Amino acid sequence: MTQDLYRLKESPSQTAGPYVHIGCTPNFIGIEGVFDTDLGSAMVDGETVGERITITGRIFDGAGAVLTDAMVEIWQADAAGLYPSPQEQRGTADPHFAGFGRCASDSKTGHFMFETIKPGQAPFKDGQPMAPHVTFWIVARGINIGLSTRMYFSDEETANAADPVLARIEHRARVDTLIGRRDGDVVTFDIHLQGENETVFFDI
Amino acid sequence: MSDQTNLPPAHGSFYQRDRNWHPPAYAPQYKTSILRSPQKALLSLDNSISEMTGPVFGHNILGDLDDDLIHNFAEPGEAAIGPRIIVHGRILDEDGRGIPDVLVEFWQANAGGRYRHKKETYLAPLDPNFGGCGRTITAADGSYRFRTVQPGPYPWPNGVNDWRPAHIHFSLFGNGFAQRLITQMYFEGDPLIPICPILTTIRSQDAINQLIAPLDMNNTIPMDTLAYKFDMVLRGRRSTYFENRTEGN
Repeated sequence: MTQDLYRLKESPSQTAGPYVHIGCTPNFIGIEGVFDTDLGSAMVDGETVGERITITGRIFDGAGAVLTDAMVEIWQADAAGLYPSPQEQRGTADPHFAGFGRCASDSKTGHFMFETIKPGQAPFKDGQPMAPHVTFWIVARGINIGLSTRMYFSDEETANAADPVLARIEHRARVDTLIGRRDGDVVTFDIHLQGENETVFFDI
Repeated sequence: MSDQTNLPPAHGSFYQRDRNWHPPAYAPQYKTSILRSPQKALLSLDNSISEMTGPVFGHNILGDLDDDLIHNFAEPGEAAIGPRIIVHGRILDEDGRGIPDVLVEFWQANAGGRYRHKKETYLAPLDPNFGGCGRTITAADGSYRFRTVQPGPYPWPNGVNDWRPAHIHFSLFGNGFAQRLITQMYFEGDPLIPICPILTTIRSQDAINQLIAPLDMNNTIPMDTLAYKFDMVLRGRRSTYFENRTEGN
């Protein structure tokens, strides 16, 4: 026998279920008057610094069907690469930028959409810059534990080629699953839960 | 080092998630998981600043009735129908420390087992005075509490006769995005717990037990409200005392 470490175990995850909107985006589902606004529905205001972009996409299951009941959250740095978080020690992020967005998939088309700004570069642990990226977290009915991934930008080929996280992907053809396709101000990022084009998900 | 030993390690990476403690992504008894579970290996990633930071929400977002589901959707002078309960507990990290400023969101069916949602088809009636959502933020010691009605169990399309035990959904934000967690709370003594196709995707009985809230008679209000105690644990953080580089440098 040894001494006890007295560690607790993380609470096990459970699916967000089909009714996640009731708790997380109640106004979206028509439960109005409880919360003023849905959390994460506005990431920018009129004074946010940075290049305005729209991130949109859909989530596909292993049979190619679009999920219409998912909830997507994103977290990203501001235009200077700083996170609006108390844990950020390198400087103070843009006070007009939330960094956090939450969006329910459209109940008919399955599209999610975020009005945001393009993030700057933040450093990896070894000090190397990471290419601009947006962290994604996806929950839905049938997903037992939230799925983590990242979206990078198609107009950042040089930075992407030097990114220390993308460099870890052994099967190089899968890197493309993490690249949002930029067309003007719109960046399209489709997520595939399974199949030939399965998105690279992270154990973070 | 002696003057630092009581400081919380604010900026270390999070302890590795024990994925054998969580339910697996692919769990055929829960049919929807079959086509919604990634099948390729997850890419292991030491936390970078993108995962160690996260949004923190202030009390300014909270309304007066956000922690009172009995009244937050009810007409003036009315109240939701059902057994009145208090749910309370602490949000802790894996080292047992309370985590302050955690946004705790919760949602549930009404006392008849019916959700207020357009995709809901169960024949149990809606309660016109019950919406089913609430939220709060943990105090300095990680504690939280709210008032609601006990939700009912309900049938769902999986097997031909599968029922969910009564439960409340919880969504938690820690102080890093890597701590993000959604889970469910179940009620002590519910006979549907051992046959729930979702809950029993968790392999360990000890892990299942971690999601079952006991009746807490000492926190009841006599002649008024029962109480259940439900603690939740988010990932802990490494200290950075002996690292030769601080994060972000």
